Amino acid sequence: MKKVSSSVADAVGVVPDGAQIMIGGFGGSGAPVELIHALIDRFRATGSPKDITIISNNAGNGGVGIAAMIKAGLVRKIICSFPRSPNAEAFNEKYLAGEIELQLVPQGTLAERIRAAGAGIPAFYTPAGFGTELAEGKPTETFDGKTYVRERWLKADVALIKGHKGDHAGNLTYRLAARNFNPLMAMAADTTIAQVAELGEFGSIDPENVVTPGIFVDMIVEVPAPEQEEVLLRKEVIY
Amino acid sequence: MSGFDLMRDKLTNARIAWRAAQDLEDGSYVNLGIGFPEMIARFQPEGREVTYHTENGVLGFGKAPAPGEEDWDLINAGKKAITLNPGAAIFHHADSFAMVRGGHLDLAVLGAYQVAQNGDLANWRVGSSGVPAVGGAMDLVHGARRVAVVTDHVTRDGGPKLVERCTFPLTGVACVTRVYTSLAVIDIADGRFVLREKLPDITMAALQAVTGATLHIEGEVGDLFVPEEI
Repeated sequence: MKKVSSSVADAVGVVPDGAQIMIGGFGGSGAPVELIHALIDRFRATGSPKDITIISNNAGNGGVGIAAMIKAGLVRKIICSFPRSPNAEAFNEKYLAGEIELQLVPQGTLAERIRAAGAGIPAFYTPAGFGTELAEGKPTETFDGKTYVRERWLKADVALIKGHKGDHAGNLTYRLAARNFNPLMAMAADTTIAQVAELGEFGSIDPENVVTPGIFVDMIVEVPAPEQEEVLLRKEVIY
Repeated sequence: MSGFDLMRDKLTNARIAWRAAQDLEDGSYVNLGIGFPEMIARFQPEGREVTYHTENGVLGFGKAPAPGEEDWDLINAGKKAITLNPGAAIFHHADSFAMVRGGHLDLAVLGAYQVAQNGDLANWRVGSSGVPAVGGAMDLVHGARRVAVVTDHVTRDGGPKLVERCTFPLTGVACVTRVYTSLAVIDIADGRFVLREKLPDITMAALQAVTGATLHIEGEVGDLFVPEEI
């Protein structure tokens, strides 16, 4: 079992054109900045991967991470709950110009659709969105007097995950609230690529402290002292 | 005595938040929506223990850290830096929304563009232009035992925000149970607005005139009182 990748560039080499990619994080917390930037580097050098669909909670902020991906021109569509950010110009410009497609999903529904995909559940019912424009055209059903909307699972070709500690088995832990969507997305993609700040041998993480079991992780790459997206934003870094 | 001047005498947002905070229950789990509702935590009455939930996976967060002390991996749903109180817990997004939809929260408080007399809420967009964003609002309005709204009673132009039927896109259907406004405290029961408290100086007629649906009275209407210093 060899999951360890030697570099972020090497790891993102598997992402094909037209891929649907889940990207962990909530705002700047838990965003796998180095993996995202490695994708941009590859696109700038080779023109690939292009026509990407991103699944993430947000649609980028400032000039790094997902915003830089959009600006660079890799992204065709975004599935997210909240594209609004203080500096969402990269997304806003393309969206208002009709150059990027948006599918808006209530945040809890987004999380559960991703979880359901990872858990092998093709559809489920939720009260969220019932009677609103975001549920238009979706099947509904009444259970015990309350009406619910049927939502489908949401899968991806690739997930880009930011963990804190990882081991050679692919087990992951997360740092503080940087956990957010990361453990769900790790379950829901054909290929899950995790960057971790500390990569240890088998047994370096106490099994009781594993948050994402290694079965969900296909490739793991060590990025010591990773950039924190919010910190980059505050320095107005443009990638 | 001069008459009641709506724009001059209505409650500020801080004063609305103070009034809403008086109803925080000891031992409760509460989600405060980003922006105005977050202000309620500042006025949490002493001696009551409240555990705050935020959608991005934290239960039991405390005050903002001092400037320069922020850890940007530790934020709330408004992307503001937070701290953890003793007893805090961190979890992933699906567990976070299980707490929301699963009926585990005692109270969720949101802002509003419009609230209808049947409890419909519109708070995520006002039209079809611009960039839409919904976040967790459509989930948050379902599941909490009480779903309250804090809002000015009227729009900037003085029009009603409490209406018979929402004209803006809905966030949720028949979900709001109580509204704290700049003029009154109103419950939603059986598809009607039931007036519980009003500012003492506004007449019933004046209050009804700036409300877009009938205010029903059941029993005594209390004075909406907020201390001067707030």
